[in-house]
Amino acid sequence: MVDQKNQKIPIWRDERFWRIALQVLAVVIFVGIAALLIGNLNRNLAQQGNNLGFGFLKNEAGFSISETLISYKPKDPYSQVLLAGLVNSLRVMILGIIFTTIVGILAGIASFSENWLLRQLNRIYVEVVRNTPLLLQLFFWYFVVFFSLPKPENKIELLGSIFMSKRGIAIPWPANTVTVWLGLLVLGMGGVVAVFIWRWRNQLMTEKAQSGQPQLIALIMMAIVSILIIIFALGWQAPKALATGGTEGGLNLTLELSALLVGLVFYTGAFIAEIVRAGIQSVPKGQWEAAKSLGLKSGLVIRLVIFPQALRVMIPSLNSQYMNLAKNSSLAIAIGYPDLYAVSNTTYNQTGRPVEVFILIMAAYLSINLIISLSMNLLNKTVQIKER
Amino acid sequence: MKTLENQQLSQPKITRITPKEWLQQNLFSTWYNSLLTIVLLAGISWGIYGFFKWAIAVAEWEVIKVNLPLFMVGRYPKDQYWRIWLIVGIISSFAGLSWGVIGRKAATLFTIPVLIVLGIISAISLLIPGAVPFKLLLILMVGLVVGNGWIGKQLGNKITTLGRWLSFGWFIAFLLILWLMLGGLGIKSVSTNDWGGLMLTIFMAVVSIFLSFPLGVLLALGRQSTLPVIKIFSIAYIEIFRGLPLISILFMGQIMIPLFLPEGMRPDRVLRAILGLTLFSSAYLAENVRGGLQSVPRGQIEAAKALGLNTPLVLALIVLPQALKVAIPSIVGQFISLFQDTTLLAIVGLVELLGMSRSILAQPQFLGDYAEVYLFNGILFWIICYAMSLGSRQLEKKLNTGH
Repeated sequence: MVDQKNQKIPIWRDERFWRIALQVLAVVIFVGIAALLIGNLNRNLAQQGNNLGFGFLKNEAGFSISETLISYKPKDPYSQVLLAGLVNSLRVMILGIIFTTIVGILAGIASFSENWLLRQLNRIYVEVVRNTPLLLQLFFWYFVVFFSLPKPENKIELLGSIFMSKRGIAIPWPANTVTVWLGLLVLGMGGVVAVFIWRWRNQLMTEKAQSGQPQLIALIMMAIVSILIIIFALGWQAPKALATGGTEGGLNLTLELSALLVGLVFYTGAFIAEIVRAGIQSVPKGQWEAAKSLGLKSGLVIRLVIFPQALRVMIPSLNSQYMNLAKNSSLAIAIGYPDLYAVSNTTYNQTGRPVEVFILIMAAYLSINLIISLSMNLLNKTVQIKER
Repeated sequence: MKTLENQQLSQPKITRITPKEWLQQNLFSTWYNSLLTIVLLAGISWGIYGFFKWAIAVAEWEVIKVNLPLFMVGRYPKDQYWRIWLIVGIISSFAGLSWGVIGRKAATLFTIPVLIVLGIISAISLLIPGAVPFKLLLILMVGLVVGNGWIGKQLGNKITTLGRWLSFGWFIAFLLILWLMLGGLGIKSVSTNDWGGLMLTIFMAVVSIFLSFPLGVLLALGRQSTLPVIKIFSIAYIEIFRGLPLISILFMGQIMIPLFLPEGMRPDRVLRAILGLTLFSSAYLAENVRGGLQSVPRGQIEAAKALGLNTPLVLALIVLPQALKVAIPSIVGQFISLFQDTTLLAIVGLVELLGMSRSILAQPQFLGDYAEVYLFNGILFWIICYAMSLGSRQLEKKLNTGH
């Protein structure tokens, strides 16, 4: 045995020393840079006569925004206008995520179509959208497509209940009455019950080999009732054309909101289409063949065998696409839709408080992304293979 | 036995599809497919007819023709255009040289697809409206690429170390280009406020991706590190910057960077934009590189350590070369999206391609020519991005040394 003393490693070759030294160094550098930057910031702000603080949020905002879902008047404080912006942002994100998923899945499935023409069209769509900037596409939708709508006096009428003009797109929408909310409540509860019946039916069919016929009939009845509720009990209000050129009733989507939504939906949809395509392709061919040889029709093959497996591959990428959509909704400022970022920008311009406004923006977008990420992870857990 | 032999010997049936069969299989296989085909055909022909009707009768292409220099180089002084041409010449020469050196092992550089692309580029150069010397210069650039490609192939076969010198050459070329763009030192200096158009777009994208590369690699290594403090810092940086919209980071770059710097130090607008883009894209690049790092088998690291290499050497000699090779396609993808994202600078007031288009559209004589200008922008972006993604696919094939 060699003497213990001779084995002692010099300090500069001791990995344990370097591990600690490097981390201390990182902390020192970080603290140093942060101190330097914050010192500069304080000096610069003191020169401008500003102190950091969120007290300005209580001041009167004084500017109006073109659309809001919650009540907001220029007399309200900045906190209210920022909240209105946040609600507007969430509106775009939620609607955008729903529609882009639909467009993306349709386009992704279209790339497997037997129809050559449809496949080519789909490829053109994906390649054009993915190789041009989103902002350019938004400008295109807003200035070229939606801005070329006619003036309110000679608006386009579709099916007698949809009106399109420069003043916006009016669509039928339920009126805000008690019966509507009651109807929605019934529908929601019916949905929950339907899910339980569906599970129960599957259980009976797999474990007790029953036909599941009565449950199916119950489900069909429920579907018919809910369709009846949707059509008649929600009190849909079709917009009515006025002599002055405007419309009354229904829901009026502004051109800004429509252009932003359409732009985001088609942009993100192209990426989702590629994800769906890759996901479906990742399912081994043998799975198709096995399912077909069991006698399943191709629609059932996709729904029962291919899609559940493809979903596992797709969800992580879908998550980042949804997050991209949420972040990209901040481009609303370019076409004048008052989302959170646009409103904060005006707030900063009026108050001259970039640091505080930026902290608010950061907090809002980071928490939105966190929420999307967490819910997608939850979804991911439910679709993962449950191994025995 | 005999039947088996016969089966083995019998040739596979050659299936040659007649056009009629092709139509039947691909367009009219079932009744709903036929219906879909007819509907799509009607829609497509209506769209094409409408487009040509618009393009020929309604569209005012004057706006593109008159403002072509603005789209390309912004308000760069007219008497200094020779510098831009020189820059394009330098880039074409080096691109040709690199192409030749990289492809030196190939039988011929000028395969049929390459010839077709070159032909198309030359045809476009000849067909676009403009003065004759302008067209000749464009053809000259194509000639430079081809000529230098040939030279690069010949030299690359003789001097095998040329590949290493090439990246150094690109660096020198970059300094030269920077000098030519900025001026000073004997030539008239041009303020960055006069930079604009496609030139500014490309400049910002290229500089940002190169600046973000070392930062991204460090962050990726930091994220994989076993040192908890460094890991936390890296993760925090990556996740914060990936969670924020780019426009808010650019806004921070334009407004907050001066606040964080000592008084009197106010970087140039273009520099602030590049800083913002770099901070943003290094976080994404770090994730791309991390993908590469994760693909390096653990055995490689263990083997290197067993040979007695210390951690920095293991990273530099064993892990990073393998990881970066895997990550190259996704890094190119990141570059393409960064190139598209530079358009966001139009919102914070820079006149890159889209910003320039907006200021042209604000002129009274071009009011309302949105479709023409945005279509032109879109085609430019599409060609550049599509070419890059094609190139990256080729690169991927070349780098694929898997068994």
